Amino acid sequence: MAGENGRFGIHGGQYIPETLMNAVIELEKAYNYYKNDPEFNRELQDLFNDYAGRPSRLYYAEKMTKDLGGAKIYLKREDLNHTGAHKINNVLGQALLAKKMGKTRLIAETGAGQHGVATATAAALMGMECVVFMGKEDTERQALNVYRMKLLGAEVVPVTTGTATLKDACSAAFREWTNRIDDTHYCLGSVMGPHPFPTIVRDFQSVISKEIKEQLMEKEGRLPDVVMACVGGGSNAIGSFYNFIEDESVELIGCEAAGRGIDTFETAATMNTGRLGIFHGMKSYFCQDKYGQIAPVYSISAGLDYPGIGPEHAYLNDIGRAKYVPVTDDEAVNAFEYLARTEGIIPAIESAHAVAHAIKLAPTMDKDKIIVITLSGRGDKDCAAIARYRGEDLHE
Amino acid sequence: MSNIAKAFENGKAFIPFITCGDPDLETTGKIVRELQTNGASLIELGIPFSDPTAEGPVIQDANLRALTHGVTTDEIFDFVRDIRRDVTIPMVFMTYANVVFSYGAEKFISTCAEIGIDGLILPDIPFEEKGEFEDICVKYDVDLISMIAPTSENRIAMIAKEARGFIYIVSSLGVTGVRSEITTDIGALVKIIRENTDVPCAVGFGISTPEQAKKMADVADGAIVGSAIVKLAGRYGRDAAPYIGEYVKSMTDAINTV
Repeated sequence: MAGENGRFGIHGGQYIPETLMNAVIELEKAYNYYKNDPEFNRELQDLFNDYAGRPSRLYYAEKMTKDLGGAKIYLKREDLNHTGAHKINNVLGQALLAKKMGKTRLIAETGAGQHGVATATAAALMGMECVVFMGKEDTERQALNVYRMKLLGAEVVPVTTGTATLKDACSAAFREWTNRIDDTHYCLGSVMGPHPFPTIVRDFQSVISKEIKEQLMEKEGRLPDVVMACVGGGSNAIGSFYNFIEDESVELIGCEAAGRGIDTFETAATMNTGRLGIFHGMKSYFCQDKYGQIAPVYSISAGLDYPGIGPEHAYLNDIGRAKYVPVTDDEAVNAFEYLARTEGIIPAIESAHAVAHAIKLAPTMDKDKIIVITLSGRGDKDCAAIARYRGEDLHE
Repeated sequence: MSNIAKAFENGKAFIPFITCGDPDLETTGKIVRELQTNGASLIELGIPFSDPTAEGPVIQDANLRALTHGVTTDEIFDFVRDIRRDVTIPMVFMTYANVVFSYGAEKFISTCAEIGIDGLILPDIPFEEKGEFEDICVKYDVDLISMIAPTSENRIAMIAKEARGFIYIVSSLGVTGVRSEITTDIGALVKIIRENTDVPCAVGFGISTPEQAKKMADVADGAIVGSAIVKLAGRYGRDAAPYIGEYVKSMTDAINTV
């Protein structure tokens, strides 16, 4: 639904150095061709089904529903995908596209490491070279994922500049792309950056909402009342929302990482604390100071620890079609533990932000209402960090 | 006529870059005066940004040093107002889109005009997005500088036709920083530019030695040097001005030899 130059309302655009302009134009042309190419789509569908394990399950969380005593809760199990998160959907699409474009090398940024692992996986599968940029702080928070990427044959570059987290990894990946364009595709991990990335990533992730719609129709014969997902850059959220945007009865809720609270400086809740700006190739909302310096954001979740949000989310917020609520570290950790105990599912700490909001919302809704929560990823990677958050001396 | 044109009136232009407030504005003031004394034709003043995505490590570090010492856009405006009393050569700001946008584009650009800033270089505003600031720049007669890169190819003519002030030719792929060799055929880029505009063009990114500066200035209208100067600023801190002056002299001497 992006307009000219990839605008979503006033958001989006292509705010990048001239050096990269022909690269994004070439990418857009290639994408516009291959998205309608039956063979490309067949190959991607095969990868989705046979390699990634799609469709992912839509699971009725009966115990959680009964325990909360309100709306019926379904979990969209993106955590069951190969590599353990929704990230693989986008990566398989982009890697296949890059390969068709004749690229032999993938570079990527990663926060929690899930996108890096997914990119390393696709590169291994398709015989491509892979370099992943990861904030040094995140390489320490997510040491296991660093090992996984290396195991998959990728080079992991720890980024020490700035806050040494996701935004700096992203800047480093952009810099590297400027340096080497001919053989390299920047496999951006979220619905952010310059056009056409927000559209490409959304399209590849929209399989989530397509499946939710079909699966819920089969199970309940109707649309959900609420669809919610966690939001950093916003790829699993836009994937979960996309096919429901036209269905106005479906409430769309993005759950942002509030860190220690939106009244503190230690937060990453862009929609709740940020304002309009231009950064990382796009116009959108960003956490920033009065002079436009990007704020050093904080969240317990490395995957949501980003000072901006994708332009389509900014637009959905502007027109009131989706709303974005803050969820604190404490609430997310409680939800992480709650889902483990109640349903025997350990969610990624990112996804736990959405679970946390559902815990608040479900009891306020009637029993005939339906909430779908997208579990964007699995929580194995987070266990050591959460144990430490709870004061246990556990190291990987 | 654009004030920037003056920089190109007397032979080849030498265009140095310095990050404002690295480590403080008093030092930046001394450096700017040294630049003028030693033959700079136009000065690029960098307003630091938290996440300078087009910069290599040297200028990234300078941005960080300046911001760590707390310099702000308002202080830099006051600083320019002050040095304009005796610095007469053209000056432009180089910063990132969000610094301008967040301040309020009209407020930022009208202040530039008021304090004597002649142009604006924003590496994250390509041709397609220049509408963001162009009308306001025209209104206040501040030139929004266009950049042309080794990858621009079919875009060069389009960019050159609408260029104002001067054209910034990016010599190499990648980010700012010293390079031992520049392999792009700058002459070929300049040829296409000349076919489309009379606006002068200067080459930047990777130039550090007098030989490189001379070579680039010979094929274009001038040479831009950032990282090599900022490196000296980083090494000598508050005492950097004379070292930078000496270095700039070697560069301006080189490009003015026939």
